[in-house]
Amino acid sequence: MDDMQEISPFSLEKKEKKSYLDRELFALSKKHYEKCREYRAMMDMQGCHFDQAGSYEEIPFLPVGLFKEMELRSIEKEEIFKTMTSSGTTGQAVSKIFLDRETASRQQKTLVKIVSEFTRKARMPMLIIDCPSVIKNRAMFSARGAGILGFSIFGSKKAYALMDDMEIDWETVTSFLEEHKGQDILLFGFTFMIWQHFYKELLKKKETAGETLDLSRGILIHGGGWKKLQKEAVSPQEFKDALKHVCGLSRVHDYYGMVEQTGCIYMECECGHLHASIFSDVIFRRAEDFSVCDKGEPGIIQVVSVLPGSYPGHSLLTEDEGVLLGEDDCPCGRKGKYFKVIGRLKNAEIRGCSDTYAADFSRR
Amino acid sequence: MEPEYILGNEQVLEQMRAMHPFDETVIQFLDEISKRLLKHPFAKEYPDLVTFGFWCRRASVMEMEKSVSWLPPAREHGVMGRGIVFHIAPSNVAMNFAYSFAAALLAGNGNLVRLPSKKFPQVDYFCDVVKEILKEHREWQTFACFVKYGHEKEITDRFSEISDVRVIWGGDAAIREIRKSPLKIRGKEIVFADRYSIAVIRAEDYLFLSEEQKKQAARNFYNDTYLMDQNACTSPMLLVWLGEEETVQRAEELFWETAFPWIKKKYELQAVQAVKKLQAMYRMAAVPGAVLVKNKNFSDNRIVRVKVPELFSGLMDYRENSGFFIEYGTTELEDILPVLTERCQTVSFLGNSLKEELAELVKKNCPSGVDRIVPMGKTMDFSLIWDGYDLIREMSREVGI
Repeated sequence: MDDMQEISPFSLEKKEKKSYLDRELFALSKKHYEKCREYRAMMDMQGCHFDQAGSYEEIPFLPVGLFKEMELRSIEKEEIFKTMTSSGTTGQAVSKIFLDRETASRQQKTLVKIVSEFTRKARMPMLIIDCPSVIKNRAMFSARGAGILGFSIFGSKKAYALMDDMEIDWETVTSFLEEHKGQDILLFGFTFMIWQHFYKELLKKKETAGETLDLSRGILIHGGGWKKLQKEAVSPQEFKDALKHVCGLSRVHDYYGMVEQTGCIYMECECGHLHASIFSDVIFRRAEDFSVCDKGEPGIIQVVSVLPGSYPGHSLLTEDEGVLLGEDDCPCGRKGKYFKVIGRLKNAEIRGCSDTYAADFSRR
Repeated sequence: MEPEYILGNEQVLEQMRAMHPFDETVIQFLDEISKRLLKHPFAKEYPDLVTFGFWCRRASVMEMEKSVSWLPPAREHGVMGRGIVFHIAPSNVAMNFAYSFAAALLAGNGNLVRLPSKKFPQVDYFCDVVKEILKEHREWQTFACFVKYGHEKEITDRFSEISDVRVIWGGDAAIREIRKSPLKIRGKEIVFADRYSIAVIRAEDYLFLSEEQKKQAARNFYNDTYLMDQNACTSPMLLVWLGEEETVQRAEELFWETAFPWIKKKYELQAVQAVKKLQAMYRMAAVPGAVLVKNKNFSDNRIVRVKVPELFSGLMDYRENSGFFIEYGTTELEDILPVLTERCQTVSFLGNSLKEELAELVKKNCPSGVDRIVPMGKTMDFSLIWDGYDLIREMSREVGI
């Protein structure tokens, strides 16, 4: 895959990309089959032994939830360079992802390649819309912390916009903006945090004191999902409009990604579409038989990535629903699939006497 | 914090008194419910309402009374209800509370019923019918108070304090929560914990069925499983096929092929369930020799089958609902003993003389589990012996003279 680091991450058309993914993902499958005992058993039980190469779409996918209940890795304990965990609300199980040096470094390189396609610059002053304490515990990364650390490589200079009590640190923000006046700045944060603790405060300030921040030279990259904002009935377009209204921010990119496939993020282009880079792909599957959906037909999102060398996470079934919008023909000019994430799969209301009582309790 | 009284009130609660089991007024009351439910305009839409209607009609109740063999001699001494029974119904099964209520009433008790928290039209219809009857027969008012409330512990505390028997449905988690509220000193408790069930099919007998009988078997199986998302404690999670390997294979294939169109037509699988079942399938990779069975003529996530080479006591921890079946083939019925753990509730069967063979096996080996042995299709039929409890006995007391 390292040869691919040389070319633009959105430059391959369907056929070329497929033959590349077929090759890389088959090799990864074989590697994990040999190195990870649990993965091998999972493949064996369905008669899949990777004897001969095939289409990457046929490689079995593991539900991401499996990483929450077992430790899956294809490297020796001594080779673990860092362990990533997903953010989970308290009490919930978290995913554990084991990285060796090589996988970690590929993740970082890939992230840089993908993101700089959108920011057009490798590094710039970076304002993080979160509080500094979120990354303090380096031993165990949370998704929020990992996202921030991952993106920190883009910051030539960094500042945190929020204090630990989630209030805006006005002093830091204004002096940061003053210092970098006339330059492009990168803003990064989690969608809901930005809305709740940044946008709403800016709006209040604007309405009460008539003061605004000038972020017209800003590029905002945000992720983490829309679940909480859907509850507040905020659409992606409203999110963008609102930010423009309070601080003149006009370059806003959402991204889709998960700790189980760090590095391979799916960035939103100028047309509002999420894009798969050459390092990964999305496949939408029908609940009924896991067959591949047609374009425009919503399905369960499967993600494949050529990066996971240290754990068998190269082909995963997420718990999200999405829809393929097209391939190779986005008006933004980028090749590859482009799509939309609809949101989390709806929780099933299951009948039966073993109750939802406990779940009700934990949600209280 | 006050509960919402759908039926009755605090005063009614105070007036509740014990009666004799199968009291004539109670039988009359239940028969009245039966009549009105069966001719209810919405009855057709809710088969569970109709099933209950048949279950509580006079003739059926008289049959039940006859089946309580210890009752006549006990009557000589004096048997009576314990007082007030507090029922906590599961939130996601509509009519379960009605059976619990009727059983306790037949045992001679006044009843305080916490209705399911989820909204079910059947529950509303049922409550309306009972309300109507009680308006006409004020003397029966003390039979029941129906309440709705959330998870307010204070209310559960208060109700537990005044109740002589507490009945908890809804499995381990619910039991653990509710046990935080102490019982009355002399109160007793009946709990329905998480259980699993299994089915045993004799391959040869299945193959011998006519096509129509095979279809009926498929519908019966559907009712035992998918109808409740295979998540009732009575739903079989494991299918044991009895017979020589080749016969078993033919029977299995035919069984699923026959069941598939019906399942596909009736069962709506949600995406989350498909993902959960895939996860459960992969979890089973830890079971040596477990293989995913690929159906020959169809592939559909509604049916996920994993075949195992042996049965062992921890196997059922791998169970999953919504159409996830662990399967095992053998010539020896005894092989099922390891899964007849304390958590095993119902063994349903399809095959000649299997009932006797299963009964014999259980009697001979005294496994820690198995509370019922019933034909396939009958797993959900409620009876006064449930989960190993003789409900009338448990909810009544006998005077020793």
